Amino acid sequence: MRRYFLRKILIYLLTFFVAVTIDWMIPRFMPGDPVMNMLSKAGSMHAEAQEVMYGYLTSSFGLDLPVWQQYVNFWKALFHGDLGISILQFPKPVIDVIKSALPYDLLLLIPSILLSYYAGNKFGAYAARSKRMDNTLLPIGYILTATPYMWLGILLGWVFAIILNIFPISGAYSYALKPALSWTFIKSVLEHWFLPFMSLFIVQFGGWAIGMRNMIIYELEADYAHYLEALGAPRKLIRRYAYNNAQLPQLSGLALKLGVIVAGAMSTEIVFSYPGIGYLILMAIQNSDYYLLQGCFLFIIIGVLLANFIIDIVFVLVDPRTRLGMQGGAS
Amino acid sequence: MSLNIENLTVYYQTLKGEVHALEDASFSLTDGEIMGLAGESGCGKTTLGTSLILLNGRMRYIRGTVLLDGQELPIWDNRGMDEFRFKQVSLIPQYAMSAMNPTRRIGKMVHELIEARHEDYNEIMPELKRRLDLVELPQEVLKLYPIELSGGMKQRMVMVLSTLLNPSLLIADEITSALDVSTQKAVVEMLAEFRDRKFVKSMIVITHDISILSQVADSIMVMYAGQLSEKAPTETIIRHARHPYTKLLISSLPKVGIKYSEEILHGIPGKPPLLLDPPIGCRFRDRCPVAYEKCTQVPPFLELDKDHFVACWKEFEEHA
Repeated sequence: MRRYFLRKILIYLLTFFVAVTIDWMIPRFMPGDPVMNMLSKAGSMHAEAQEVMYGYLTSSFGLDLPVWQQYVNFWKALFHGDLGISILQFPKPVIDVIKSALPYDLLLLIPSILLSYYAGNKFGAYAARSKRMDNTLLPIGYILTATPYMWLGILLGWVFAIILNIFPISGAYSYALKPALSWTFIKSVLEHWFLPFMSLFIVQFGGWAIGMRNMIIYELEADYAHYLEALGAPRKLIRRYAYNNAQLPQLSGLALKLGVIVAGAMSTEIVFSYPGIGYLILMAIQNSDYYLLQGCFLFIIIGVLLANFIIDIVFVLVDPRTRLGMQGGAS
Repeated sequence: MSLNIENLTVYYQTLKGEVHALEDASFSLTDGEIMGLAGESGCGKTTLGTSLILLNGRMRYIRGTVLLDGQELPIWDNRGMDEFRFKQVSLIPQYAMSAMNPTRRIGKMVHELIEARHEDYNEIMPELKRRLDLVELPQEVLKLYPIELSGGMKQRMVMVLSTLLNPSLLIADEITSALDVSTQKAVVEMLAEFRDRKFVKSMIVITHDISILSQVADSIMVMYAGQLSEKAPTETIIRHARHPYTKLLISSLPKVGIKYSEEILHGIPGKPPLLLDPPIGCRFRDRCPVAYEKCTQVPPFLELDKDHFVACWKEFEEHA
């Protein structure tokens, strides 16, 4: 058991190292000069003054150092929890920019992932039981899961915000409000949250439902199901076993999907101008904000790895076969 | 009379049409009888065995009656059969290695199954433990998952589980095919032990391995292409078979003391017919060395000597 986890942790650390290195490389290989960008925003300036400012800012961001030195400095700073200063929202530290965006992300992602997982699985298992449900709802599921998040987001926004005018179309709360712990604010947050949430929920729901439906049909054809049937076990018991066993591949599917959903959330956030990390990434790219982009990616990397690690642990708890495999590996 | 089957006919539904896998089977089993059911692949022996407990999705009940202890089994009615399964008729499946839910501890699965059949697990528990001792399984297996057991242990566990509620009829389907020879013998002896201890009244042991049957079966029934060929006490089948197919089948078994590098092991020439559109009359006709014009009619399954049933026109003629 301990060896299994030590090995897992080692693999995760290695993945983290490689991913963060790539994360550091990506913004630096992008075209565009962040300092130039910043100066040009500041408005017209004397050519001389501009040169001085350029030199000052470049060295204060450490961008005049050799690339390898920048890389080492980056790791050093990272271990101190320092992600650098945002160029976009200068001089705010990146960590603060991300901190203010993170709650919106979690608010969107956690309910949509967990609820769609639960509802989709239940629904898929139900569809597998009856032929009529299966025939009518399976195609719908396929369409849903093949829908791009962004397209569904635009469609929902257009119908519910523009035509029906029930929900607001952009932002995380009304632009007329300031964040406060009041009912008006919470209501506004929920209203703004609903459409992005739905677009994430619906697409994922389709995927889970189809996966579960296929798995249940497979499990009901498994030998143990036939044996129980031959011993006159009630259908309820057989279905319960099938559902529990069918959930195992779904769980590893969940781990895989977590990586994709971050990107899915990004396009959804952009559609609804929802100020989560996905939206920040877009802003950072547009403004060549190395540090902010790096910081956002870092959070995504940590999120995906952490989620995968948790699923690994859950798997050990729910599937006796993984536990045995571990013993076999350790001996 | 423990089991009495009359004209049982079961077809398979396929895209190309109906496969006549079991045609007008009529026979009976007495209390305490272990009947071996033999025949080559695809002769309908598994169809006959499983149709008595569970018709799978493609099997169609056509006609026939099954009386078990004087009670008719509604084998065409999947829900109606539930009441009889496990308690009256039980099955040791071909796939004993994967018959138990891999994610439940065995004891828990047995518990849930017993409770679901409205029996008291705590009442059955002591008996379960006794039977585990009998098949030499430690009681700890109940706390294990199926994958923690070896193949032979799983086989024995399934045997204990299937017979736990003392069914009248047990169908053992190819239970020895996945085991090595020494385990095969032990398993077969266990079956006889189960019968002797009255855990089960009578048994149908399905196998293509006649040598296994000679060790345990009281009688052997031979099937060919969905029809019954012959049923007789084991000794009679092996020494004095009357149906031409049985004779050829027995003579094609390897014999002790003969080196088959020097002598060719003889089979039966020809192939069994396709059952999608079976030949009229006796289905063994085309491969039969003694077939004549009468064989285009289906021969009845007649008792020529005491307990010796044969379906062959030629034999009827000689007997008459």
